[in-house]
Amino acid sequence: MNLIALKMLVGDRAKYLGIILGLTFASLLITQQAAIFVGLMARTYGSITDLGLPDIWVMDAKVQFIDDIKPLQDTQLFRLRGITGVEWAVPLYKGLLKARLENGNFQTCNVFGLDDATLIGGPPEMVEGAIADLRRAEGIIVDIDGAQGKLAKPAPAEGGKPVPLKIGDVLELNDHRATVVGLCRVTHTFQSQPVVYTTYSRATLFAPRERKLLSFILVKARPSQDLDELCARIRRVTGLAAWTRQEFKDMTMQYFMKYTGIPINFGIAVALGFIVGTAIAGQTFYNFTLDNLRHFGALKAMGASSWTLLRMVLLQSLSVGVIGYGLGVGIAAALGYSLRRTELAFRLPWQLLLISGAAILFICLSAAFLSVRKVLKLDPAIVFKG
Amino acid sequence: MTRSASPSSPAGEAPETSTAVFCRGVTKTYGEGSTRVTALRGIDLEVRPGELLMLVGPSGCGKTTLISVIAGILEQDEGECRVFGLDVKSLSPAEKSRYRGKMVGFVFQSFNLVPTLTACENASLPLLIAGLPRREAYGRTREILDRVGLHGRETALPLELSGGQQQRVAIARALVHEPRLIVCDEPTSSLDHETGHKVMEMLRQVAVHRTRSLVIVTHDARIFSFADRIARMDDGKILEVSEPSASRESA
Repeated sequence: MNLIALKMLVGDRAKYLGIILGLTFASLLITQQAAIFVGLMARTYGSITDLGLPDIWVMDAKVQFIDDIKPLQDTQLFRLRGITGVEWAVPLYKGLLKARLENGNFQTCNVFGLDDATLIGGPPEMVEGAIADLRRAEGIIVDIDGAQGKLAKPAPAEGGKPVPLKIGDVLELNDHRATVVGLCRVTHTFQSQPVVYTTYSRATLFAPRERKLLSFILVKARPSQDLDELCARIRRVTGLAAWTRQEFKDMTMQYFMKYTGIPINFGIAVALGFIVGTAIAGQTFYNFTLDNLRHFGALKAMGASSWTLLRMVLLQSLSVGVIGYGLGVGIAAALGYSLRRTELAFRLPWQLLLISGAAILFICLSAAFLSVRKVLKLDPAIVFKG
Repeated sequence: MTRSASPSSPAGEAPETSTAVFCRGVTKTYGEGSTRVTALRGIDLEVRPGELLMLVGPSGCGKTTLISVIAGILEQDEGECRVFGLDVKSLSPAEKSRYRGKMVGFVFQSFNLVPTLTACENASLPLLIAGLPRREAYGRTREILDRVGLHGRETALPLELSGGQQQRVAIARALVHEPRLIVCDEPTSSLDHETGHKVMEMLRQVAVHRTRSLVIVTHDARIFSFADRIARMDDGKILEVSEPSASRESA
């Protein structure tokens, strides 16, 4: 009877396509909007992700997220290096500095100052040049997207394309001369500002004069050292906040979740997709069942059991669900892939595929439940009503 | 004499009996209170094996209710209804489904063919419901379709068939699982006279068998001659059971 159920479904082209369209739309909207949400949220802690080497981030106790800089005294670094279980500890400067462009415009850049000796905390991937080139005079490394976009030089002729920043080009960072010595690729940040790497000492020269300039201390734990234990020890000894990389990521994301309207805005879009999908697909499927009620009645009269009819309706509902889900997720993934080189924040982890699948399954089962009730309650005597 | 199905007899495996359908004092009412309608008022009826019995009478006289009770679709309020010895009322819902699936073939007034299924698929439904493998079911169905004159039309959809051909598919569907009882509700009412006549000829030819009985509900006096006996109904009662010639005169 499975083939009969499927032929009954597919034979009614208009309704079949309507149900699939509704489910595809729901699946696409749920997956795509949620993937953009996840992508955006991942960008909030992109800088932490890029810094893979340290185990622990140490900062002022009042810091709430990665961009909430509350500088520390340089002496804290030396205190940390003396704590048991610390393999090494290096300083990190992070701040927003203005770069003056050739056309006179200013562009705010996310500047990282890396430990002069080790250059720990550098970009995850170099496109041109090497991290060690930061040791050259006035050296900075610029992220490729920034170099080709916001920091690009004006087009030589009006209407032409801007000229990407390249190695050897000079920028003015907060009135200080800086020379591009390398280009790198980094995870997009939430604010999408160009990312600039330099040494810690040079970054503190570029930065406006302040009493304290040490943004974070990056700590590597000794092998076999329990990280939670070490974090607790650092907090106890220094009075500073110490978080593992994952904790700091979560903290940053939680801040954006709590204090920005992003979750509710995306939540509404996802809910809308779910509701519209449920309405279109559910209603069309229900109508399809109503249209076929007479035939289900005939099957019942001819001896089909309730279980057989239930199986038929479930199969019909799940088959359109699988097709709609596949199409929706496929289109969402194709969109994300084709726009991967743009500013679009798109991340499609397997958990999202499961959630989207569960939502579509819920829509299908709800539609099937409503329809099945009608079919099971059906009086087979309907077949004798002309 | 009729006898009850033994408790161990599964529905659909009827014991041998000299009476195909045996009804005594069958009553059926619909609704309650002011909306209460009595459809059957103590029906007594017997149908013999191998007999084609027609139930005739005006609209609303209870013909369709009676075949619904006989076919195990509706349950009478009172009285006894046995089909090949099986007390239909005593069967559980699942047993009734099995009883209908194995023992009863249906021909409906509006054919009730699934429009998206081919003639072969439509006619094979009782076999597929009974769980027969598709290949075997289609093979048996093709034979029946040949017998009802639809050779070469197996893959046609109902919309591609004429009314007469659609009714032939419905008849093939009623016959394919070799039921012992076939109930037909106005089988010729959607057909013109000539086609109706041909369909009845074919039905008589392929469906009537010494172990099988047909109960046909009809208004159509032009097909009375195909009946072995005719039961005239009115107001929920059987007025008389007679030979076709006598009935034609009274009609």
